Amino acid sequence: MSRVTRFAGRDPGPVSRVRGFVAHLRENGLRLGVAEAELALTALTHVRAAHPDENRLALKAVCTGCKNEADRFDELFDAYWLNGGRVKRKVTPTLSRRMNRDVHSSRPASIGSSAGSGTPDAPGDRGGETAGQGTGKLIASDVTNRMRKDLRELVTRAEIEEATRVAERLGAAMRDRRSRRRKAANRGSRLHFRKLIRLSLATGGEPVVLPRKARPDRSRRIIALCDVSGSMSIYSKVYLAFLAGLMRADPRADAYLFHTRLVRITEALRDKDALRALARMSLMADGFAGGSRIGASIGEFAKGPARRIVDGRTVVLILSDGYDTEPPEMLSEALARLRKRGGSVIWLNPLKGWESYAPTAQSMRAALPYLDLFRAANTLADLVNLEGDLARI
Amino acid sequence: MDWSELQHRMAQQGYVAADDLSVALHLALSLQRPILLEGAAGVGKTEVARVLADVLNTRLIRLQCYEGLDAAQAIYEWNYQRQLLSIRAASGSGESGAQIEDRLFTEEFLLERPLLAAIRQEKSPVLLIDEIDRADEEFEAYLLEMLADFQITVPELGTITAITRPVVILTSNGTRDLSDALRRRCLYTYVDYPDAVAEFEILRSRLPMVEAHLADQIIGFVRKLREEELEKTPGVAEMLDFAAALMGLGVADLTNDPAVLQNTLTTLLKTQSDQAAITTEVAQRLAGRAA
Repeated sequence: MSRVTRFAGRDPGPVSRVRGFVAHLRENGLRLGVAEAELALTALTHVRAAHPDENRLALKAVCTGCKNEADRFDELFDAYWLNGGRVKRKVTPTLSRRMNRDVHSSRPASIGSSAGSGTPDAPGDRGGETAGQGTGKLIASDVTNRMRKDLRELVTRAEIEEATRVAERLGAAMRDRRSRRRKAANRGSRLHFRKLIRLSLATGGEPVVLPRKARPDRSRRIIALCDVSGSMSIYSKVYLAFLAGLMRADPRADAYLFHTRLVRITEALRDKDALRALARMSLMADGFAGGSRIGASIGEFAKGPARRIVDGRTVVLILSDGYDTEPPEMLSEALARLRKRGGSVIWLNPLKGWESYAPTAQSMRAALPYLDLFRAANTLADLVNLEGDLARI
Repeated sequence: MDWSELQHRMAQQGYVAADDLSVALHLALSLQRPILLEGAAGVGKTEVARVLADVLNTRLIRLQCYEGLDAAQAIYEWNYQRQLLSIRAASGSGESGAQIEDRLFTEEFLLERPLLAAIRQEKSPVLLIDEIDRADEEFEAYLLEMLADFQITVPELGTITAITRPVVILTSNGTRDLSDALRRRCLYTYVDYPDAVAEFEILRSRLPMVEAHLADQIIGFVRKLREEELEKTPGVAEMLDFAAALMGLGVADLTNDPAVLQNTLTTLLKTQSDQAAITTEVAQRLAGRAA
């Protein structure tokens, strides 16, 4: 039992410890209200108090709400209740309002746990200039760049606003589709006859209620995969602003970054404050402007999250230059897998805008047969011009 | 009944539940809260409800969700045909309009659908709302209301309040994100594939006639198969089918007859490319390693 946290003698009792624990969870991004705290206390009365593991499982059932939270819970539980017998002086921590002040996203707010890591916003570290930046060298490098690059330096607020407008239009062009079939609806151009007959039974065969049917929206979900490897660093500015815009315009969209591995950035990009969203994103992309493993990253996506989210109503948007350090077969296999799930795949390549560009990079050539659309895009203006193409996909 | 007893009694009914699931179910029963189970297809989410109903010796009421599920199919509907017939029959008897109307909108003419049925049982039933992620968001919103108050309003009859509170189990495969409001009202457990020991117990409790040696092989084989890159990973139900198929064919050892093993793989591999990927050689290699 020596692992169990010891509480200072003046702490008022178990109720406040549990309250402290709920506050601790809240601080780490779990959204728990007063009702949950109450429920947690009640739940604890239904298991044997002297068994830490039973308490753990009971609190887990009450306090978590999705897989992500359930996975993190054990760590958070250990940090609070089992911190190696150290004495906890204050059980109800002063809530750090600074961190979660105005996150109105409906999704879990922070990613790191306060158990070990520090607060993410330290605006002072601007010294991290990276070697690969701005040289425009079009070679894929194999090293993961460990130096953190502050994206706030790359993107300004005005650019984000501009990009948001573009992203909204493009998003709408790709997304807004209508079903071919008609379904019952409150308003619609035609009568829903089957329903009409059925409802008329209630009135003795007299059609009193006239139900209608309409073509429902079958909006498509946009999933963006953005390459932020070294060779892309001069274009990332545009793309990241575009992604930030897309995420803010469309609540169903999903975004990932990849360099040598895949990172989901959707939650970070949904932050109310656009610049802080980018700051959080730069923390997540700790290999930013490093090597590129396109095939492996897209493969990781196709085998993992894609199985859940990619279907016939999905557009996968890949933003990359196609300079891969891996055999092209990996990429074509990954794309084939992705295509098989029924979604359309669009590849925007910044290099294609160059005169006399031909997709000679092996990976790019391997990818071509699997793409629904392969276009150039290296400025926001280019992206705007894509609207027509995207609407036809 | 504490949670280990619940776990034990579920095991008697042939369901080997992990500790976290047992504790969560125990809490759901004692706190009278709905419980949300998430997990991959084939880990036995739906089965939990069936077994729990057996353990509690009560009725299982199941509502399978799908896109476009509406109130008429989930809650109640008037039995129009019967009402019409009744009007016809009454037309000669000289009943007044008001009398007929009073008679038509009574419980006699009400068709119960799962949600209404669930709150009108003498003994509190297990209500399984299966694959809630497939239902529309509107339905989810309605469900929230019902889960909070356990009452349903039928305009012609008035509000029907629950006689007993049903034990509500919701399952989701994660095809869409559920609303936070729904998650907040439920206890939550992520159901994962069972570990080797638990899976062995499941197999032995469901198919007691499988010998220990073969059972070991089956579990080892299926677990190795899950590590392969497959489009559809075989779940627990598939594993049981596979074992049953081997029993039916009288196989005593997986490595004995490659052709038979290959034929029984139809119970585990459910897409064409998976079947193509697991050739006889691969299957033999996996079976050899599992032995």
